Amino acid sequence: MAGPEIERLVQLLARLPGLGPRSARRAVLHLLRKKDALMLPLADSLAETAERIVPCTTCGNLDSQDPCAICCDTRREETLLCVVESVADLWALERSGSFRGRYHVLGGTLSALDGVAPADLNIDSLVRRVTEGMGAIREVILATNVTVEGQTTAHYISDRLSGTGIAISRLAHGVPVGGELDYLDDGTLNTALKARRPL
Amino acid sequence: MHWSDTGIVLSARRHGETSLVVTLLTEGHGRHTGLARGGAGKLGRALYQPGNELSCTWSGRLAEHLGNWKVEARRLWTADLLDDPLRLSALSAACSLIDAALPEREPHPALFGATQILLQALTGDEAHWPEIYVRWEVGLLTELGFGLDLSQCAATGATTNLTHVSPKSGRAVSADAALPYGKKMFRLPAFLAGGRGGAPANDPQADIRDGLALTGFFLDSHIFHPHQRKPPPARQRFVERFGMTSTISGI
Repeated sequence: MAGPEIERLVQLLARLPGLGPRSARRAVLHLLRKKDALMLPLADSLAETAERIVPCTTCGNLDSQDPCAICCDTRREETLLCVVESVADLWALERSGSFRGRYHVLGGTLSALDGVAPADLNIDSLVRRVTEGMGAIREVILATNVTVEGQTTAHYISDRLSGTGIAISRLAHGVPVGGELDYLDDGTLNTALKARRPL
Repeated sequence: MHWSDTGIVLSARRHGETSLVVTLLTEGHGRHTGLARGGAGKLGRALYQPGNELSCTWSGRLAEHLGNWKVEARRLWTADLLDDPLRLSALSAACSLIDAALPEREPHPALFGATQILLQALTGDEAHWPEIYVRWEVGLLTELGFGLDLSQCAATGATTNLTHVSPKSGRAVSADAALPYGKKMFRLPAFLAGGRGGAPANDPQADIRDGLALTGFFLDSHIFHPHQRKPPPARQRFVERFGMTSTISGI
């Protein structure tokens, strides 16, 4: 039987996404075997991250500085604002390297099931950011997920921003790169057909 | 035990990292919940969107268990509605109303059929889909045992010129009998009166707004208020999209 410290560590690790009790036990054993090379640096890194990382008061991104590095980066286009549901979505877009504007993280979507109302999301701050930006923002890209909740949130934001005169766009829906038509679901095919464009 | 049926997705809540707890409105088994293993994956997420129609098989060791879903797509209605805010909000309102109001595991085949018709109207070119939505809410009230009696006047027994509905009894009232009650009565939209009502409103949207006010009041007073609950926010958002400002119309 392991000691209480190890049991506690296993319990905590088992609460992480992708890990269950069995894999948490394996991770703990691995960490204990590589104490100096992995466990202590990991502990230091966790403590440092917990202490220093804060949400950006401008966009909601997570960074060690406030405003975050993206909001402070003067090389980025100030006129483009991409609205995403979560920091994970922001990271996904950053990984793609195709967007050089600024972001706004909503912190979720409107959800009747989970009781998430507009006041629970960073929508008011988005509207303030757009309207009080002295005309700096010219286009808002709504990059919410293609789900009922994601699109309902996008339509709600679009309504809230409709009087500002700012261009509002959304990401395209349709066939993914490398997607074979035979394997796509009917809904995606319908959407792709609707959003077809001339060659 | 296990059974197979046709179901419409009402809601899907994440369970762990890969699974969903999915509630379907099934034709023969009513509102039924089960676990969809792997439902949060790339393929499952497209299927388990509210409004999609699926062929489903529920299996569990005992009938009272949560059980597991195995599903196949029949008609993915939702994808057609994602770009239309009003129709999408109507779909969300309908799904969340059923989810919130209907008792679990009680068959309502008529409501299932009506919901299929509503989905067809929402995804088609049907211009009168808001009327169909209001009729669907009237049907939901009937299925739950609180049907409106719009066949004759509650006060005089007249079967013509029915223009209002009493908020107390849920019965139709003729224009003459409603006159003394001022703004205390709901206006009965002409399309709900089935030829026994007055003339349709000049503004086509006004009839819809009156219909939504009528059903909204009875849904709240009969279904949600007695349980200290509020109607689902999705319905409120749908009503707001119609620019509804008042709940009781004048005579």
